[in-house]
Formats: sequence, structure tokens, C-alpha cells
Amino acid sequence: MCRSSFPRRVWAMLPGVVVSAGATSRVLALCVTVAALSPAQAADDHFGIEPVRFINEQISAGWADADLQPSAAATDGEWCRRVFLDLVGRIPTVAELERYAQESTPTKRAELVERLLGEEYEDEFARNWTDVWTMVLIGRDTENEQVSRAGMRQWLRRALAKNIPYDRFMEELVTATGVNTNRKDLAGFNGATNFLSGKMVEMGVENGVQATAKTAQIFLGVQVACTQCHNHPFNKGKQNQFWELNAFFRQARALNREEGSGELQFVELLDQDFEGEGKNPEEAELYYELRNGLMKVAFPVFIDGTEIAKTGYLPGKMEDGTPYGANRRQELAKLIKTSPNFPKAIVNRIWGHFLGYGFTKPVDDLGDHNPPSHPELLDGLAERFREQSFDLKELMRWITLSKPYALSSKTTAKNASDDPAVGEKPKFSHFYLRQMQAEQLYESLLTATEADKAAGEEAARKKDAWMSQFVIAFGTDEGDEATTFNGSIPQVLMMFNGELIKQATSTGKGGFLDKVAKSPKSNEDKVRMLYLAALARKPSPKETGAANALLVARKGDVVGALQDIWWADLNSNEFIINH
Amino acid sequence: MSRLFGVPDGMSRRHFVSHLAGAAALATPATAFTNTLLANAADMKKRHKAAILLWMGGGPSTMDIWDLKPGAPTGGEFKQISTSADGVAISEHMPLMAKQMHNMAIVRSMSTREADHMRGRYYMHTGYVPNPNVEHPGYGSVIAHELADQVAELEIPPFVSVGGGSVGAGFLGMTWAPFVVDSNGNVRNLDGGIDRARLDQRLAMLSAIEDKFITEKRGGASLEHRKVLEKTTKLMSSSQMEAFKVSKEPKEMLEKYGENAFGRGCLLARRLVERGVPFVEVDLGGWDNHADIFATLRDQKLPVLDQAMSALVSDLSDRGMLDDTVVMWMGEFSRTPNINGGGGRDHWARSWSTVVGGGGFQRGIVVGETSADGKEVVTEPYTSQDLMASVLKSLGISLETTFTAKNGRPMKIANSGKVIKELFA
Repeated sequence: MCRSSFPRRVWAMLPGVVVSAGATSRVLALCVTVAALSPAQAADDHFGIEPVRFINEQISAGWADADLQPSAAATDGEWCRRVFLDLVGRIPTVAELERYAQESTPTKRAELVERLLGEEYEDEFARNWTDVWTMVLIGRDTENEQVSRAGMRQWLRRALAKNIPYDRFMEELVTATGVNTNRKDLAGFNGATNFLSGKMVEMGVENGVQATAKTAQIFLGVQVACTQCHNHPFNKGKQNQFWELNAFFRQARALNREEGSGELQFVELLDQDFEGEGKNPEEAELYYELRNGLMKVAFPVFIDGTEIAKTGYLPGKMEDGTPYGANRRQELAKLIKTSPNFPKAIVNRIWGHFLGYGFTKPVDDLGDHNPPSHPELLDGLAERFREQSFDLKELMRWITLSKPYALSSKTTAKNASDDPAVGEKPKFSHFYLRQMQAEQLYESLLTATEADKAAGEEAARKKDAWMSQFVIAFGTDEGDEATTFNGSIPQVLMMFNGELIKQATSTGKGGFLDKVAKSPKSNEDKVRMLYLAALARKPSPKETGAANALLVARKGDVVGALQDIWWADLNSNEFIINH
Repeated sequence: MSRLFGVPDGMSRRHFVSHLAGAAALATPATAFTNTLLANAADMKKRHKAAILLWMGGGPSTMDIWDLKPGAPTGGEFKQISTSADGVAISEHMPLMAKQMHNMAIVRSMSTREADHMRGRYYMHTGYVPNPNVEHPGYGSVIAHELADQVAELEIPPFVSVGGGSVGAGFLGMTWAPFVVDSNGNVRNLDGGIDRARLDQRLAMLSAIEDKFITEKRGGASLEHRKVLEKTTKLMSSSQMEAFKVSKEPKEMLEKYGENAFGRGCLLARRLVERGVPFVEVDLGGWDNHADIFATLRDQKLPVLDQAMSALVSDLSDRGMLDDTVVMWMGEFSRTPNINGGGGRDHWARSWSTVVGGGGFQRGIVVGETSADGKEVVTEPYTSQDLMASVLKSLGISLETTFTAKNGRPMKIANSGKVIKELFA
């Protein structure tokens, strides 16, 4: 039975309509199931996981202190959409929603998280976190010739799919040596080199200033960029600390290989003996300038004051077997690993990823001048993360199964004041709205429209090209940049009229809209199908009314009306805002 | 006017927006704007006040452009030349601007503390140092917010950023965010190829979804989204978008400004201001000259700057627009008086220059003075806040204006900066 042969029929307005006998397709069954979605299970369930209990306890204590009442639990549809977006970087398909909605065990949330962290979604998980880490490690700048984005991504995809422990993840990035570009004719490829390959040279001077600043910021939550030139006016950072940390990078060289063509082909990152600016490799020093013009000397000293050998020689053995030398970057990685800041910085970053705000803002500034909202929780999670052998997926499991992550984004009179957007410290008493990242939007559109997906690096390059339209470069040596994918007019124009949306709303044969239109379902269920795919819910009576108006305006052209509804769904606040 | 989002005909947009805000009363309240005392509001309506910021990303060495120290060990390679303003000398590589200095004023006594690019950009744009708990609006958003109403039915965004190196609207909200275009005025994705009637029908559907989400009180982001949708739909059908078509200018005009991105951007700025846009920022990057500074300035940066900036000032003057249009020139900081081993200069914020002109400013003058080596300001030092207060004053915007940030704290416009008195007769 094909309802679309009755084009003048408007969408029925009965919510929870009784399914007709002929409509036994899976999709229809789904419409009914999701319509009957129950609220998520009691959100205080900690699934027998101690760190989840710890999070719930600490966060609840914060509510009590601030006299806040948490929002109700999110609906199944909302929670499912949320956890897909945050873990695998896209919204769920209708089939995935259906599967989750049909489960009725009290541990269904834990089971979904298990699936998303497991083998079934390994590639998608790796793709999403490759996007996240690429942004953190090398930004969006596609112009830096000393960085191979493909090389960086290749390393990240492997490391993240294997879920290598975070201490090893850091160590491989900070100590990387090898060739940055993966080419058949080149030996020694190591994609991890791309973290530092573009950060060693500033205006022709190979000083590792950016390598120092980014390593401290990302892995230690310490902002030292300003102290390069002067003592920091607001935190304890002193200029000598910057240069003492910088001294760890002075054996590293990023060598441009041009192979006769005169054009940069690839970069080789390696360690070499550092003779020191005073030309004494036994005590290899560097010089920096105070603001008053005086020159000072620096040797490698970690942020906690730990000194390492002053030698600039790499490790080796004298003829008589006596060892000498030290690899400064490897020493640095060891010090970072044991630093209390190391697990705190990553816990804060990952918490911020899932909850919308970290315990500090920005997430990579843990300085004394910037106290966290939940210091005990941050410290406690950091300790547990270290005890859990720096397992990132475990940390994600704790956070996604926690009570605050399961709350609705609908505020109440008892918690509307908890709003970090106005500068309050977050209390996590309701889920904070945030706009999807450009990558999440892109992947979600591909998912929602069942567009043919290119695979691996080719897909990543297509996505890069699409995203480049939003990038604003500031034209400084540090490659500073911003994005217009920020809710302003250019973004809305892209969503209204851009190529990607044109594709998504095309009625071409075999496309998503075509399939929905041709399916043997009632018009009402076709509209529901669109709502589930885009918004993980069914339409309200009012929305069904608006859909009816569109069908009338299209003079009964169902495909045309579906196209209009789909366009509206994809352009809505509800679609683009993770809620 | 066609109906957008079911706005009843006859209801003004402003009314409609306030209506909306009422419907979403428990969403984060829109920024309250408690006190606009426009001293001469009626006059401004007629005269279309505007400002153009020429933003020099990277931190240009003002000692090599506006405040030369010939003969000093820190003086560098350039000579100075006299200009159309009595007793005012600038770099020999700015010969065209030398003929326009009677229209401009150099402030040689800027002294700031932020010598990191991101912090400096933020501070010089907003008058505030970065603060993790509040995002302050920059020049463009503040001035657009204050002056947007002076042109009735301005449908194009009141703050256009050519090249995009600006800072955002902060607590004023995305409505006042920079509209970023390239120097050719290209606006991406303006046309969806859908006829207007059908677009309106789609917008009615969209409105139903937006409404539902907003009334669920999930937070301010949902309401902001709606406001930007409104602006976008207006702009898509606006004939005012013609102002962006800079290539329609006569050939002589294109050549006068220079056939490069910055020249094109300055010409675009003039077109937009002519159409009533109150704030345009044009970007010229590449000033982060840690090495080989003199050849870079002489051969690349200064010729482009000199031609476009002088063309803009003289063009505004020729059209009688300069009295109502402030032109300002600055970067996030300047560069060290000491020349480093690579023949470059590094970041320096302690003593440097900015340039302003037009509007209500005194012209053809120099304000302040630096020491013989350029390392100290020897007169009263001025800050970003002071410069901002002066620019606002020259546009007739009251310095008593107070914003309320989202956290409820009152924020005095320009961070209570004090007006640089020498800039006013």
C-alpha cells in the first residue's frame, strides 16, 4: 500500500497514530516505539562504577551548597543523540535510535556507551577523536608547509583506535623523531612528528618557542606563552621558567627536506647534540633577553623546579664505557608523566568536551590565578585516571555515565541561575547547550542524509576543504586563527544555501528524501521519520500543523513538502545545538 | 515586506524581537543596555557617523612608520620626511600619506602591557585585558550597537570585518558579531536558488521548531540562533547588498586604492560607510617582523599601506564624509626599539604609536612623545581604554553609556578610559 499515491492527503494530526495493518515496515514500527520513549532511568544510578559514584557525589554536593535543584533526566532520544555526538562525533541514525529505544534494561545507558567505545564503533570513535586532537595539536591551519595534516591524522587514528594509554600518547608526541610525511619512497615515517614539526621555527629562527608553549598548555595546563617576553602580570609565571622549559627543546631540529626541487617536500624531526649558545656542549645554555635589555642564561628546568643535566650531548658511551649525555625531550616526557598537572589537564579537557564547560575556563589554564569550580572532583578524577593507567576510554565511560551528563538541558526555576555563559562557575545542574563543532555538523549531515561516505584520509581531506570556508587566519607567526562557524550570519547562510545543504535536501533518486518519499508509509509517518533522523524526536502537534500548511502550499507535492520540512529541521536551533 | 517567521505585517522588527524575548522570558535575558545618552542623537541620524579601523595584525613597528628616531642606535634604516601637517614627519616610505597628514593625528604616547598577539588583539579591540569569565565586545560591536539605529532600515550587518582579524561581540550577543567578508566583498551562500514565496513557507516551518525549543527554556543560545536567522533572511533579499560589490567601482578608483586585497578592502569600507554601515574593520596582516624588518617594510608592507590608506583618507575627504567618519590605524602592539640578530624587531608594547583622523578629531597634529631611543613615553602615557574613549567621543557616543554584562555586572563603555584631550580642540 502506497500512501504517496494520495498526494492531496495532508499529514494526519493524531499523535501516536494507530499503525495500519499494511504498514509493517521496520521504520514504522520505530515511529511507534520512539513515540513511547520513557525518560531515562534514574540518573543517580552509578552502574557499580566507583568513579561514577564519586562524580555524582561531588557534583550533588555542589548543588546542595549552591541551593540548586538539578533538572529532570534527559529523554532517551536526547541522551542518545548527546552521547553519539560526543563520543563518535555525529547524531545517531534512525536505526540506532530505535535500537536504544527498544532496550528496557536498567543498564541500557552503560550498554550503549560500551558499544560506542567498543569494536563496532572503533573507526568512528577514532575519526571523531582524531578531529578533536588534530584541532588541539595543530589547529585548523592548512597552510603550514611544515605540517602534514594527513600524517598527523594517520598517527592519531591509529593511536586512538588502539586507545593507547595517555601517558604514552603524550610521550610519543613530545619525543617524536622521524619523517612527518607518509610516502612510499621515504623511510622513517612517524606521523607524531607533526605535533612539533611546525612549531620549532619562528621567522627563520629555530628556537622551539611554539613547541614550548603548546606542550605546556596542552599537557600541563600551564600558559607560558606570555612569559616568553616578560614576567606574567597575573600568575606566577616568570620569564626564566619559559626559557628553562624551552631549553628541553633545544636538541630538537625540524629539518626541511627539499630534494633538489627547491620546494619543501617533507620535514624530518630529529635530535642533535646542542652545543649551547655559549658554545660549551658540556653545559649547553641558551640566552634570553629581559625587557630591560639584559641577557640571562637558562638550562633545562621543569615547571616544578626539577633540574636535569646541563649537558647538550645526546646519550652515548665513552670508549671506556662510561655513559654520558641526556636526551632532553625524553627527560621532559618523564617529568610531564609524573607531574600532578598532567592527569588534571586531560581530565579537565575531557570533562569540558562532554559537559560543555571544564572545571576551569579555558580548559588548558590550571594556573593558581584560575581556580577550578570543583577542585576535589578534579583532583580525585585525576588520581583515579592515573591509577587506571591513563586509559582515556575509561575516563570517558565515567563521565558519560555520570548523573550530570544525563540531565535535561531544560532549566527550572531552581537552577536557571546556574549559567556559565554569564560568567558563573559551572555547577552542572542541567546540561549546558552548545553548538555542534563544524566537524560534528558535517558528519551529522552525512549521517542524517545517508550520503555516500568517502573513507579515511580522502574523507578527511574533503572535510578539511569544506571547513576551510570558516577559518580566519590572523596573520601572525603563531598561526593564530578563529572561525566564523560561531553562530553568526555566514554560518546561517551556509546552512540555508550551502552546497552541503543543497545535497542533503536534494530529491535525487536513491537519496534520503527520495527513499523516505517512496517508502510505503503514511505522510504523517514520513514527517516523523525526518524528525527522528534530524532531532531524535517526533513532531509536536503544532509542527505537524506547520507541515500540513507546507503540503497545501506545495499543492500536494509530497516530495517537495518533505524537502521543505527537512530543510527546516536541519536549519533549526534544535538540530545544530547539542542539547 | 514579506512575512518572515510569521511576523505580522505592521509589527516592527524591534517590536517582534522584544515580543520573542518575552515569550522566552526564562531564557538568559538579552543583554540589558541601561543607559544610552546620545548627546546629539537627532544630529547623528542625519549625518551617519561611522568608523573605519585599519587593523595591522602582527604588531607593526611604529618607530619605522610614524615616530622615527633617525640617528639613534635603535633608529633603523629609514629616514623621515616632512608632511602636509606643520612639523609632523613620518617615514620616507609613506610618501602618499605624507600628503594626507593634515587630516590625521598621530598619538605617539601609547603605552600598553600586552605583548602577546592574542592578548594584545583582545586588549586593543576591547579596552579590557582577557578575562576567563567575561567576553567583552570590541570596537566594531560597541560602535555598531550604539550607531545602528541612525540609518533607518539598515538591512546589512552594522559591523563588517574585511578579512576577519577582529574580535567578537562578547556579551552584546551574536547580533553584533562581525560579518566577515573577503576584500572583494564576496558573501558566500547568499543565494539558495529558492523563490521567495517558498523560502517564506520554509521559514514558517522553521519558526515552529525554533519556537518550541526556545520555550523549553534551555538557555540563551537558542534565542541567539533565532535572532541571527532573522538578520540573515533580511539580508538575503536586501538591495543594500549592492554596497558589497566593490568591483563595480570605476577603474581609476580601483587603481587609486591599489590593486591588492588591502586596497580593495579599504575601497569596500568606503562603499559600506556610504551606504550607512557604522563600522568597518579592514585587515592588513604580516607585521610580525621578527627578522629582516627593513626590506619587508620597504618593499612589501609600506607601499601597500601607504597607497590604500592615503586613498581612503583623501576619498573620504573629497566626498565630504571625513567629518563624520573616523579612520583609525593600529596593531596589537609595536616592535622593540632594539634590532635583533636577525635584523628584525620583536614584540613591544611599552611605547608606540596609533593614528586617528576624521570625525570630531583635531587634525594635523602629533600627541605625545617618546624618548630619543624610542624606549619610553616621556609625556603622559595613553592606554587602549583612553584611545577607545576618544574614538567614541569623536563619534558623539556618550561615555556615560553603561552596558550590563551577562553576569549582571555593569560595564562602563571603553572601560572608563579617559579622553585624550589633545585630540580635541
